[in-house]
Amino acid sequence: MSSQVMEHTTRNHQADGEVILEVKGLKKHFPISSGIVFQRQVGAVRAVDGISFDVLRGETLGLVGESGCGKSTTGRTILQLYRPTEGTVKFEGQELSTMSGNDLRQMRRRMQIIFQDPFASLNPRMTVGSIVSEPLQIHNIYSNRKERQQYVEQLMEKVGLNPYFINRYPHEFSGGQRQRIGIARALALEPSFIVADEPISALDVSIQAQVVNLMEELQDELNLTYLFIAHDLSMVRHICDRVAVMYLGKIVELGPVDAVYDNPQHPYTQALLSAVPVPDPAVEESRQRIIISGDLPSPANPPTGCNFNTRCPVAFDLCYQDPDPPLVEVLPKHFVSCHRVT
Amino acid sequence: MSVLLEVRDLVVRFYTQEGTVFAVNGVSFDLDEGETLGIVGESGSGKSVSSLALMGLIPSPPGKVESGTVMFEGRDLLQLKSDQMRLIRGKEIAMIFQDPMTSLNPVLTIGTQITESLKLHEGMNTSQSRKRAADLLDMVGIPDAYRRLDDYPHQFSGGMRQRVMIAMGLSCNPKLLIADEPTTALDVTIQAQIIELVKQLKDEFNMAMIWITHDLGVVAGIADRIQVMYGGRIMESGASHEVFGDSRHPYTVGLLGSLPRLDSSGEEKLTQIEGSPPDMRSEPEGCPFAPRCDTREMLQLDKCWDQRPPLETVPDASGAVQHVMSCWADIREGVAEHV
Repeated sequence: MSSQVMEHTTRNHQADGEVILEVKGLKKHFPISSGIVFQRQVGAVRAVDGISFDVLRGETLGLVGESGCGKSTTGRTILQLYRPTEGTVKFEGQELSTMSGNDLRQMRRRMQIIFQDPFASLNPRMTVGSIVSEPLQIHNIYSNRKERQQYVEQLMEKVGLNPYFINRYPHEFSGGQRQRIGIARALALEPSFIVADEPISALDVSIQAQVVNLMEELQDELNLTYLFIAHDLSMVRHICDRVAVMYLGKIVELGPVDAVYDNPQHPYTQALLSAVPVPDPAVEESRQRIIISGDLPSPANPPTGCNFNTRCPVAFDLCYQDPDPPLVEVLPKHFVSCHRVT
Repeated sequence: MSVLLEVRDLVVRFYTQEGTVFAVNGVSFDLDEGETLGIVGESGSGKSVSSLALMGLIPSPPGKVESGTVMFEGRDLLQLKSDQMRLIRGKEIAMIFQDPMTSLNPVLTIGTQITESLKLHEGMNTSQSRKRAADLLDMVGIPDAYRRLDDYPHQFSGGMRQRVMIAMGLSCNPKLLIADEPTTALDVTIQAQIIELVKQLKDEFNMAMIWITHDLGVVAGIADRIQVMYGGRIMESGASHEVFGDSRHPYTVGLLGSLPRLDSSGEEKLTQIEGSPPDMRSEPEGCPFAPRCDTREMLQLDKCWDQRPPLETVPDASGAVQHVMSCWADIREGVAEHV
């Protein structure tokens, strides 16, 4: 199924079609062990269960899904913060999953992460200056302290923070400003690829737009590539070029945002989009909601066949049989994993 | 329709070690019988604190209801003694909280927690109350309800726990249900389930509802009337289609402009409100939104800084529901200044 996911182009004018990241058959299973003295593995949480996709240079790929679908684990496994159980991750032509030590550390200069919670992801005992310059120290860039400070001040200015605050501590900043610190830290090593793991969900509504606009401006300026992980589907439509919808560790639909949002193919995507409230009473009155019943099954014990068959309104006998439906290109650049569609 | 709840000049403050927090600074609103009011605001806008004050649930110390009246069926709730208030809470006015994990007691079974208010308010015995509790769970869509009465909260999923909370809230047929961000902790598909359920039950029970949220999308679908709060004050209030379709307050306009829409492709840049939410440790003399307001900046209105704009009917208001806002400028007129 991965071969079909290979050839995308995107509507983003900056993307030149060069594949920056290639994920193939990626799996991340967390062991469940039992026993107090002699621990043995009795099962596995299949957080990510065989996903494949490409990311093109300069584009923003959205990764959406409900909590527990494995979207954050995917982001972290790509960066090798978790080592994959199976599958390959090729970044700028180099295989990451077999890399370790210094080689991997060198690759991390090219790929960074912005975390969800700006309150938990900044060390409260470090000043803004030392937080932003820590990556520079680790990688021995700017041996001269003064030069380093100048660069940090430039970075702060770039993300909209007053460089005057370089010696302040994280608690002296608001949530939006802290997220800007996190972005400055991620930018310090001039990466080409950033995993943004729910960068705005902890922020107030009026601050979200500030951070999203900043991320878009930085992308234009520095030709960054984003993997934007989020559960806010409206924001994903705004910021992303393409979107991948995940359910229980698998990608169920992948395509250009307008295609997926205007013409969703997978019953889960349809239900997910119809469940998102629109801030307009006139629209809300006329909308038809598809309410799917029940909850997400446990990723430790996924259903046989298609993962969505326990909640799917249109499931039929084939959906309950192995193997699960492959991800197939049903419309140009629009991939769906569903027996009903293919 | 007659007025069920009448809140006047509510002021709530918290006296903490870091100073006084001016959480609610003069809030007045009415709620009709059977009406759904959506209170929208960001964190720190005073939306939750004002509804906790109605219920007499402000922790004191450090909190204190400084002044104001809350008239509910001819009585001022703020003057009631705690044992009188206990007869109203859960019976006449019920509340659903945001996080169903922390608002259910983890060491008591669901059955014990639902039957508690039935025994207290309705004088039921154990078997009657268990039967009623099972009916309630069944009504909110929990399968195999009677058996699940003996389960503990951790044995339910997040959405199911919120259903349990709703069942508890509805157990004594309240006249008013206050829902404080009841779907914020839930995924969108589960949120849609809960919203549908509440809408349907609200009609069935014919109760009034206050739905507190930061999500403008959620209230757009559920509320008859919307009240936008900022800095402990009401900025704008009116019928929901008017507040969304004909917004008059710069904050409401800014907030709606900063939201991307699911139903349109997002080519254009989001308009952003500059600055951060106010520090509530000092009471703003003028309009709390003044430091971030681009209308004030454009018009160079100095009185926004030192004079509180009153909550008044918007100029050229149409529609049956009163549309009020608190702003010195009239953005619809572009530049004209009223009052």
